[in-house]
Amino acid sequence: MNLTDLTAAELGKKIQEREVTAVEAARDALARIRERDRDLNCFITVDEEAVIRRAEQVQKEIERGELTGPLAGVPVAVKDNICTKGLRTTCASKILYNFVPPYSAEAVERLEQAGAVILGKTNMDEFAMGSTTETSAFGPARNPWNRDHVPGGSSGGSCGAVAAGECACALGSDTGGSIRQPSSFCGVTGLKPTYGTVSRYGLIAYGSSLDQIGPIARDVTDCALLLEILASQDPKDSTSLRREETRFAQALKTDVKGMKIGIPRDYFGEGLNGEVGKAILNGAEVLRDQGALVEEFDLSLVDYAIPAYYVIASAEASSNLARFDGVKYGFRAEAYEGLHQMYKKTRSQGFGSEVKRRIMLGSFVLSSGYYDAYYLKALRTKALIRQAFDRAFSKYDVILGPAAPATAPRLGESLKDPLQMYLGDIYTVSANLAGLPGICLPCGRDGKGLPIGLQLLGDCFREDRILQAAYAFEQAGERSGAYV
Amino acid sequence: MANKISKETIEYVGILAKLELGEEEKEQAGRDMERMLDYIDKLNELDTDGVEPMSHVFAMSNVFREDRVENGDNREALLAGGPKVKEGSFQVPKTVE
Amino acid sequence: MSKQYETVIGLEVHVELATKTKIFCACSTEFGGAPNTHVCPVCMGMPGALPVLNKKVVEYAVAVGLATNCTITRHCKFDRKNYFYPDNPQNYQISQLYAPVCRNGFVEIETPGGSKKIGIHEIHMEEDAGKLIHDQWEDCSLVDYNRSGVPLIEIVSEPDMGNAQEVMAYLEKLRLLIQYLGASDCKLQEGSMRADVNLSVREAGSGSLGTRTEMKNLNSFKAIARAIEGERARQIELLEEGKDVVQETRRWDDNKEYSYAMRSKEDAQDYRYFPDPDLVPVDISEEWLQEIRDRQPEFCTEKLARYKKEFDIPDYDARILTGSKRLADLFEAAAAICGKPKKVSNWLMGETMRLLKEEGMEPEDLSFSPKHLAALIDLVDSGTINGTAAKEVFEHIFREDKDPEKYVEEKGLKAVSDEGALREAVSRAIAANPKSVEDYRSGKGKALGFLVGQVMKAMEGKANPALVNRILKDFLES
Repeated sequence: MNLTDLTAAELGKKIQEREVTAVEAARDALARIRERDRDLNCFITVDEEAVIRRAEQVQKEIERGELTGPLAGVPVAVKDNICTKGLRTTCASKILYNFVPPYSAEAVERLEQAGAVILGKTNMDEFAMGSTTETSAFGPARNPWNRDHVPGGSSGGSCGAVAAGECACALGSDTGGSIRQPSSFCGVTGLKPTYGTVSRYGLIAYGSSLDQIGPIARDVTDCALLLEILASQDPKDSTSLRREETRFAQALKTDVKGMKIGIPRDYFGEGLNGEVGKAILNGAEVLRDQGALVEEFDLSLVDYAIPAYYVIASAEASSNLARFDGVKYGFRAEAYEGLHQMYKKTRSQGFGSEVKRRIMLGSFVLSSGYYDAYYLKALRTKALIRQAFDRAFSKYDVILGPAAPATAPRLGESLKDPLQMYLGDIYTVSANLAGLPGICLPCGRDGKGLPIGLQLLGDCFREDRILQAAYAFEQAGERSGAYV
Repeated sequence: MANKISKETIEYVGILAKLELGEEEKEQAGRDMERMLDYIDKLNELDTDGVEPMSHVFAMSNVFREDRVENGDNREALLAGGPKVKEGSFQVPKTVE
Repeated sequence: MSKQYETVIGLEVHVELATKTKIFCACSTEFGGAPNTHVCPVCMGMPGALPVLNKKVVEYAVAVGLATNCTITRHCKFDRKNYFYPDNPQNYQISQLYAPVCRNGFVEIETPGGSKKIGIHEIHMEEDAGKLIHDQWEDCSLVDYNRSGVPLIEIVSEPDMGNAQEVMAYLEKLRLLIQYLGASDCKLQEGSMRADVNLSVREAGSGSLGTRTEMKNLNSFKAIARAIEGERARQIELLEEGKDVVQETRRWDDNKEYSYAMRSKEDAQDYRYFPDPDLVPVDISEEWLQEIRDRQPEFCTEKLARYKKEFDIPDYDARILTGSKRLADLFEAAAAICGKPKKVSNWLMGETMRLLKEEGMEPEDLSFSPKHLAALIDLVDSGTINGTAAKEVFEHIFREDKDPEKYVEEKGLKAVSDEGALREAVSRAIAANPKSVEDYRSGKGKALGFLVGQVMKAMEGKANPALVNRILKDFLES
């Protein structure tokens, strides 16, 4: 047996009970990566020696009784847009191909304090811009269920690695669905917390008002345990919040009697693949069978979320990515004449085409004469979308729907038509605009055997409700099996 | 298409964003942007009069730091990744003629 | 020149605030230091680093706003100003455009035509840029981020000034207010106060404004005055030739006394401001505002009136004393210790000013303690030292903040107050100068001075002058 096939909680328990060691767990994970990642390309950077050294250190602390948490000694993969001190962090971009941060993200610090062993850095769409992990400068990652298909994105490496059994759990980031959509495509469980729950310090920003770090794992329990570790009010992040209750594992109850679940009728339009739609409605039935009150309703404004999202995210990105200029870190073009050419050559050679497309769009919508028409209009739309969710959550505890309109597309199919690719974000972006928590977990497979994910959205600060519904569903239905 | 993005606009945005595009890339960028803006124009169907633009999801305010020095000299680590470093500084092409 | 022109000037004044740390991180703002030693991931624009606002910056900005009669924005926000330049590590500057902390204020200045209100359009908080050093050996520049993130306020005036004199008066007024608040030392030369000049000309009496230019790189009062004259002349010449003034930013070269357009194809000047998503708004409650109000010091105008009334200091002297926060502080502290405000004022107005001028220093550079000045005054008053010695002692106080009592002791400057010795010297002087004695007795008071001088000379300057005077009079009138 490979220890990486266990869930994080199971593995952590075995380590606490001295059945296995953190070093054995790390070795098993590294072996899996060597075995499978040549094809899958879920990892960009793995420093094997450092992993073993760290595992040995953690094991000592466990034996001294200093680390007693449920995830002490468990290997965790980290998306490559989350800074890790001394470990290369690239955002899957040429422009940061050699960037070794002198600090760790707060989320990473918290994981390490809890005794987790950072296994390596996972592949992603460049700067988290994309839905397939094909825009990575380090080559695309592949879907463990079928290598001709993409794992989704942008956290495709993290989700693929968890699905492939290269690790039990991972960190992802979600700006418009980047945890939930690849979780859906890879048949794993991923949670995007309420905005402000996990510190963004050290997360390389894409759309700062939308970005959240969250856990990706093979079951709901692991997601809850990881979120307990990650959630904090960080004085280094002005937008991080103090949460009254962060004992998320307490919400893991199978009882959903009386829970009010709403299904937006507007999610089941012509864009939705029939097999996916059927699996989602079956999923709703599973919860209804357990006593939840499930009904359809009109959420409204669904079609406006994507345009609003792309204006806001691109605008923020155009500014956030201005710092990559070849002056202080990362890539600088080799030949240039003068300052402005250095900027232009560095950035033109350093960024991939999807990133450039969004920087151009973002610069345009903020430029003189267009700010009101595009940027402010998008922020007003965001306010209306938030109001629509406020109305919905006054009636329902949880909103249930798909995470993506279809299962994972084949490699090379999506990038030809960017707008078409953006439309795939229809079920996920509104949670980012409204700051809501969302979880995606497996609810079946399509005819080709590709996973389908069920998305549950909660009101702000109500991770407990979506965890409870997800846990009940998971216990009742099939558990997402590890890739074999 | 409703939106028309001229080559000049693409060049102008290139100056703002410090991106240098080849002729073909410029044409492609223009087409991409036109298509995206046409799609974004969907927002104009919405009546947002009187709606306050929402830049932050939560109405938070007053997150402060006390005026206390906590950082020391960490030059070596901070300069370690510099593409061109000289005399403890980042080297760039001359900024004034 | 047939037409009459008038000049319309507005100022954008940047002031570095006197906080210990930067505006968005816990790095020191201390001046100097080797390049990039007061730097962290935040002020170096490293990926993933986030800003957190220094509370003190808000308090200083609000205090300046209150002192300049502004309306304080109760819900203010930060925006990003996007432009590429190597001294700007994020390639955006965090500033305030849409909701600046203060608006609609004014200060009053004095002009030959009476007092005049100069409107303040707004005051906003922002971060300073790093420093570019142009390499002597290679064709390159070196970037030092020690100043990156130092807090600034930018005070934007209305176009209410008509000439260089008004501009100087306005700057002087701002400088004083801000120094009194302790919010900055406002030194133009060191760059802790910087002014950009917006200037346009129009035909006299014309209701509408002409096209303005913005001039940067003005680092002394004199440069500002010259730049105003130069730009006014340049614009009038253009108009006289029937050409248009172009709205642009120009860089003043004070050596050549000419400004150059800073425009280039690569600087679109389209800053794409938008609310910074990394920072949350600042709410200034009535309570907080009152706390800041309660801490406001007594300002120049009030002090001036009080000095005249309470200490009977002449108007001219009181203006000089209150014209510098440092001087006013020294005056009040020394006067409180020795209880002799007029004498303190005399020392500050006389010897202190003389030495400042001699050294090319500003009153703000004064570093001696009021305690020592007070002690010196007491030493003179008690007759322990005489005036000549006092001047010598003061120079050491001025330069090294020397304890006057110690100095007098060490140098043996104590005046001779031994009556016996003095009587002897007096009688010798009288015997040696019969003509002067005659003159005195015949009513020529001047002769007394001469005789005092003779006694002092004989005593090598160490005689207690008051005592010498008394003994001499005794002798002469007996």
